[in-house]
Amino acid sequence: MIYLIYDNTFEGFLTAVYDVYELKLEKVAIRKSNLEIPQLFGETIDVVTDKNKAKRVADKLILILGKQSFQSLLKVLLSELETIEDSILNFIRYTIKTNNNVFNDFGHPAVLKIQQTLKKLSRERHRMNAFVRFKLANDGLYYAFIEPDFDVLPLISSHFKSRYADQKWLIYDLKRNKGIFYDLNNVEVVKLEENTKRGAREGLDINLNTSEIEFQKLWKCYFKSTNIASRKNIKLHLQHIPKRYWKYLIEKN
Amino acid sequence: MNWDRINEKLSILADAAKYDVSCSSSGSKRTNKGKNLGDSSGVGICHSYTEDGRCVSLLKILLTNYCIYDCLYCVSRKSNDIKRAAFKVDEVVDLTLNFYRRNYIEGLFLSSGIFKNPDFTMERLVLVAKKLRLEHKYNGYIHLKTIPGASDELMYEAGLYADRLSVNIELPTKSGLKLLAPDKDHKTMLAPMETIQKGIQIYKEEKKIIKSSPKFTPAGQSSQMIIGATNESDFDIVKTSTFLYKKYSLKRVYYSGYVPVLSDNKLPALHTPVPMVRENRLYQTDWLFRFYQFKPQEIVNHNYPNLDLEIDPKLSWALRNLEQFPIDINTADYHMILRIPGVGVRSAQKIVAARKYAFLNYEQLKKMGIALNRAKYFIICKNYYPSQDFEQNRLRNEILRFGKSKYSSHFSNQLSLF
Repeated sequence: MIYLIYDNTFEGFLTAVYDVYELKLEKVAIRKSNLEIPQLFGETIDVVTDKNKAKRVADKLILILGKQSFQSLLKVLLSELETIEDSILNFIRYTIKTNNNVFNDFGHPAVLKIQQTLKKLSRERHRMNAFVRFKLANDGLYYAFIEPDFDVLPLISSHFKSRYADQKWLIYDLKRNKGIFYDLNNVEVVKLEENTKRGAREGLDINLNTSEIEFQKLWKCYFKSTNIASRKNIKLHLQHIPKRYWKYLIEKN
Repeated sequence: MNWDRINEKLSILADAAKYDVSCSSSGSKRTNKGKNLGDSSGVGICHSYTEDGRCVSLLKILLTNYCIYDCLYCVSRKSNDIKRAAFKVDEVVDLTLNFYRRNYIEGLFLSSGIFKNPDFTMERLVLVAKKLRLEHKYNGYIHLKTIPGASDELMYEAGLYADRLSVNIELPTKSGLKLLAPDKDHKTMLAPMETIQKGIQIYKEEKKIIKSSPKFTPAGQSSQMIIGATNESDFDIVKTSTFLYKKYSLKRVYYSGYVPVLSDNKLPALHTPVPMVRENRLYQTDWLFRFYQFKPQEIVNHNYPNLDLEIDPKLSWALRNLEQFPIDINTADYHMILRIPGVGVRSAQKIVAARKYAFLNYEQLKKMGIALNRAKYFIICKNYYPSQDFEQNRLRNEILRFGKSKYSSHFSNQLSLF
């Protein structure tokens, strides 16, 4: 088995696909650079990301799949699943071989896996659109911390930008140590200092706006009052908000 | 701001509003033009879920729970000895904006008890929406409950600022309404629906000519009825909802299982369980005629006036119409694929898309997520035929024996009522 190691970027992955075809590799797996590869079982090659190679693969796939399906295919990488590259590569091989847009061929295992992963991603994106809870800081910044299952920041950015266009906000993914910050004009990717993050993890809210705690209390009060006790259904409740999301949900703390 | 006082009001007025089922925040087309607050052009979002498993999408409150009416099913009725409170217009505006900015909610669902008279009440509801839209340039979702008996002018103004308007029909039958809500009458409840529908039609016509015509209730109107408070049949309920969908082009009709709030010999006793299974079956039926191309009378009619609580209405229909099965997954029309028990709308679409590439077999259907525990008795696919030729009742028992309903604990005490 040959392992092609890429730099976790879309272009790096597409370059790896190019190399698979260029070197006519059969027993091959594409892997992210941060994974441990068992050296005993195979050879590893570091892929050198190459814009031109990536573009040639992209052009070919767009030609067969159309732009939208191609973008969805790449989006699957945001799932960060350890072996998801295998399914994408199989999907690409199947596409090239049949020269047909196979995106809806749910009977094919690789296509089904891609579709299922897209569904999971979309669910997580939707959850983050729902579960982000902003807190208002003294300087007028609305900030929120999240730890989503997948790397969904690129997928939620435009939603928050169009919704909260007149307030400065920051959504920070503590798991992946990056955030998106909106300065009333643009959204940019940012990294926080180590001590600020530690503070966030330990639940220290510094420099909160004086009204912030009051609105949190009101929200909790609302959440409690709107429940109908005689219809209690904890199983359904947990199905909708699994426990791993509670940490940052004000009403569940 | 007096936080403690606001807190108390919020707990009273949210508690009083919670029996209104709607929490929908979808279907509007209000985009954020310029750098303002809010956008309701996308899908609805449930920001949280209460312990009863219901979605929290909107700040759902009453402006006040003072009420001049005495409807027996309602917790805010005049004769009920409860704490009363009233929000000021600015308090509601402030709460909505601050909750919205923190991403707690999609918007506001404002309803009210009727104080002084319908117009006086409606005027204040409209004022909240108007302030949010005009003073605060707020584009989040607004659902206003209209007050029966309020003037057409106010109703029209409400439509200019709200995304959705609703008028609750309250009870599925006229006789039920007469019995439990002597102050209200059927005609007064339907009149505002007609006004709103006309408004929507006029807006649609105007928009064809002038693209920038002001929006009018872009997410349409909805209604709600309480079920299980009077002795209506499911057929009665479905007749009423079909009428509302057809006549007033409603977006949604909600069914709210009666929660006993008062002891009275006209009402189910206080300890009666909330008819949650029946409510669920009614929603399934509602879905069947809105998304599955069923006609309402195929599901309930004079011969079958009540839904089977133990099995879902589509399965129940299939068992009564076994001669239409088995259906071939690989060749049948989409219309028929939708009728297979265990196949949902998404699954049906997947089947129709996937079979263009190659005929599908049983294993593939399983992997695609089709509920084969029910579907397997009703389908043919590549290399698969249903094994036995069942008679209706035996098949029903066979499916029940292998499937365990999540509601089975409810059956013992609910079935005995029928």
